[in-house]
Amino acid sequence: MLSFILIILAASIFTGIVNRVRSLVSGRKGPGLFQPIRDVVRLFRKGSVYSDTCSWIFKLAPSVSMATVLMAMLVIPFARTKGVLSFEGDFVFFAYVLALGKFFSIIASWDTGNSFEGMGASREALYSTLAEPAFFILIGSFAMLTGYTSFYDIFRTLHFGSYISYLLGLLATFVLITLAMIENSRMPVDDPRTHLELTMIHEVMILDNSGFDLGLILSTSYLKFALYGALIANFFIDIMPWYIAIPSFFGIQFLVAIAVGIWESFTARFRMSHNPQFIFILSSVSLLIFFGVMLVLHMFN
Amino acid sequence: MKAVSIHNNQSIPVKSIPDLSYTEFLEANTSLVINDRENHCVNYFGFPFEDGIRLVCCIANDHDHLIHISSTLLNIDREYPSFSSLHLSFEKFEREIHENFGIKYLDHPWLKPVRFPFNQYDTANTIANYPFFQVSGEEIHEVGVGPIHAGVIEPGHFRFSCNGEQILHMEIQLGYQHRGIEYLLLEKKKLLQRTTIAESIAGDTVAGHTTAFINLFESLSGFKATEDLRFSRMLALELERIAMHTADLSALCTDIAYQLGSAVYGRLRTPIINFLQVWCGNRLAKGLLRPGMTHFPFTQALAEKLNAVLDSFEPDFIEMSKKLFSLPSALSRFEKTGVVSEEQLLEMGCVGMAARMYGVSRDVRFSHPHDLYSDIQHELIIKHHGDVYSRAQIRKQEIIQSIAFIREMLKSIPEPKEAGEDLQPMGKNMLALSLVEGWRGEICHCAITDSSGELEVYKVKDPSFHNWLALAMSVRNNEISDFPICNKSFNLSYCGHDL
Repeated sequence: MLSFILIILAASIFTGIVNRVRSLVSGRKGPGLFQPIRDVVRLFRKGSVYSDTCSWIFKLAPSVSMATVLMAMLVIPFARTKGVLSFEGDFVFFAYVLALGKFFSIIASWDTGNSFEGMGASREALYSTLAEPAFFILIGSFAMLTGYTSFYDIFRTLHFGSYISYLLGLLATFVLITLAMIENSRMPVDDPRTHLELTMIHEVMILDNSGFDLGLILSTSYLKFALYGALIANFFIDIMPWYIAIPSFFGIQFLVAIAVGIWESFTARFRMSHNPQFIFILSSVSLLIFFGVMLVLHMFN
Repeated sequence: MKAVSIHNNQSIPVKSIPDLSYTEFLEANTSLVINDRENHCVNYFGFPFEDGIRLVCCIANDHDHLIHISSTLLNIDREYPSFSSLHLSFEKFEREIHENFGIKYLDHPWLKPVRFPFNQYDTANTIANYPFFQVSGEEIHEVGVGPIHAGVIEPGHFRFSCNGEQILHMEIQLGYQHRGIEYLLLEKKKLLQRTTIAESIAGDTVAGHTTAFINLFESLSGFKATEDLRFSRMLALELERIAMHTADLSALCTDIAYQLGSAVYGRLRTPIINFLQVWCGNRLAKGLLRPGMTHFPFTQALAEKLNAVLDSFEPDFIEMSKKLFSLPSALSRFEKTGVVSEEQLLEMGCVGMAARMYGVSRDVRFSHPHDLYSDIQHELIIKHHGDVYSRAQIRKQEIIQSIAFIREMLKSIPEPKEAGEDLQPMGKNMLALSLVEGWRGEICHCAITDSSGELEVYKVKDPSFHNWLALAMSVRNNEISDFPICNKSFNLSYCGHDL
């Protein structure tokens, strides 16, 4: 339960920090850290407008996306406390429950019959398909290393034995940050700030959403970022008393947000056709982790 | 004699323009353009004359600094062979003539209306029943963008036929901004009204269009501009070039989501346009240029201020450009994106940056110098790849060049003269033509006066008129997500085209 609450708390400022870093780096003062939350609160007070051509799927999808992220949060442990749910193979549950949310947002964007949204949906589907192997090779490797298949057990036993696990955790951090950027359609794969429908991925899929629904979609995306941040934190927070563990959880989230902000400030977005190559890099880094694990387990004989 | 040859900003009696038969007219003009790449059509227009339509064609030769003008008289009821089937650069001019007067062409490839204006010949022809190009196939999809722009710029409709992410063809439809500029210039009789309208032809090219109008008007009235007037016009043009090129580089960075470039170039533009405000009270130089006079003489104190502005602008600009043009992620977006070949450029008659990006040396400052441009050593900036990178590089180098020009100019500021003579009325039955190199490219204004010395025809040609087609060609076979940077790298004017 602790992790569930911590993720919600971290989500409330994560995007604010990213935006603030970007502003400071480009010489502007920038909005307050809680501006994203204020935006969502404002949207929650509004009603939604629906086009005549869309069906119940379009109305259902934002809630499904939100629900799936909340469900995924349930299996995330924190230090020595289990998540709300914990069972064998819960990382598979984690991945596919998120995929379900994505599936709904894709079919909802088709539902509008908007040609921009169709384009965005096809890009989103392609990139999440390409990103999937990276996640499974990554968590699979750690499952192999520890011999367990639930997040809680993996993280509990990760650092027994060899310190090489911290090194693997560092590589995993890179993969997870990048995955979070892809899943949330941020730079360098997608540019959330552009006004150009033709180049967007995620933003263009939600062009027709407004008011309460848009608020749901935005808060889903904040939660998703913090969700990946929490996974990263778990790689490093070992057996610690809570008064060290909780600040270090926020510290790690903070560092991840700053890293994202700086990365987004100093690079241009990729050409769309280079994105698949970039995403495949993640799979190869995950493979590196996989071979690292095999090395640790003396499987090369 | 097939044509009368004039220099830039020269006015001649209408009588001296040879009146050819249509066949001769067609052959003479198309062969000029086909046989010599230094020739290009700067204006080709019609106006009602007696009971027919008189066509006037102006072909500029960049090599011998001359503009060849010829004319013919058409009968509305007959059908004519088109220039466009021989050389495509006449395509849009003929479409405009067709749209305004209903001249029928036998073999024009594409008689699409240019503007769907309220004052066209056939008002039944509207955007609602216009048949766009269609590409069909199971995997082909169409994406329509506009006419309402998602951001802040002007209205235009783009229709893409795509195969997945790849653009097969893009058709551009403009005309949503048609304000009837050319008619307003005839309708309004006061000089101040006309100058203000000329300032509003395109908000981003105020100095360019106003200079063209003023030079044309002064030429028709036989007024010789004093050196300080010509100085202020050239200075305004060069400042506008710096400001707009910097803004374009900022916008290019925004479109590739490179935040640093976007912020830094955006900041750099501000002191330049703020200087214009200090000079004349308007950041876009509105009110600065007036025929035969100026309200804002350029003083030594302003020169010092401008020098200080440039001193702080230049190092920052160079540092940022170094960073941008060596950033791998930016280069991978710019290079080999939106390529237009040299043959295509010549065929479409592109001007300005769009011509210079692929080895075509077209620059009015060099080929038909006006104001003080004949006094400076102007080296053309020519690139050879025709891609977004070339267009961005041209901007960067032209800014540095313009700064050098301005520094040179500031060394000797002409004494402001007291406005001695008043403007004379315009000459009777005269034709005058004025070419100006705006930041976007060649601007052409052309006017004809009637027997009472009043304007009878006024034609405006913005560089965008030629160059829009180049944008359509550049995006072919590119990814649809690269369209925004292709568009920005041309940065063409909607209102300059729609008039």
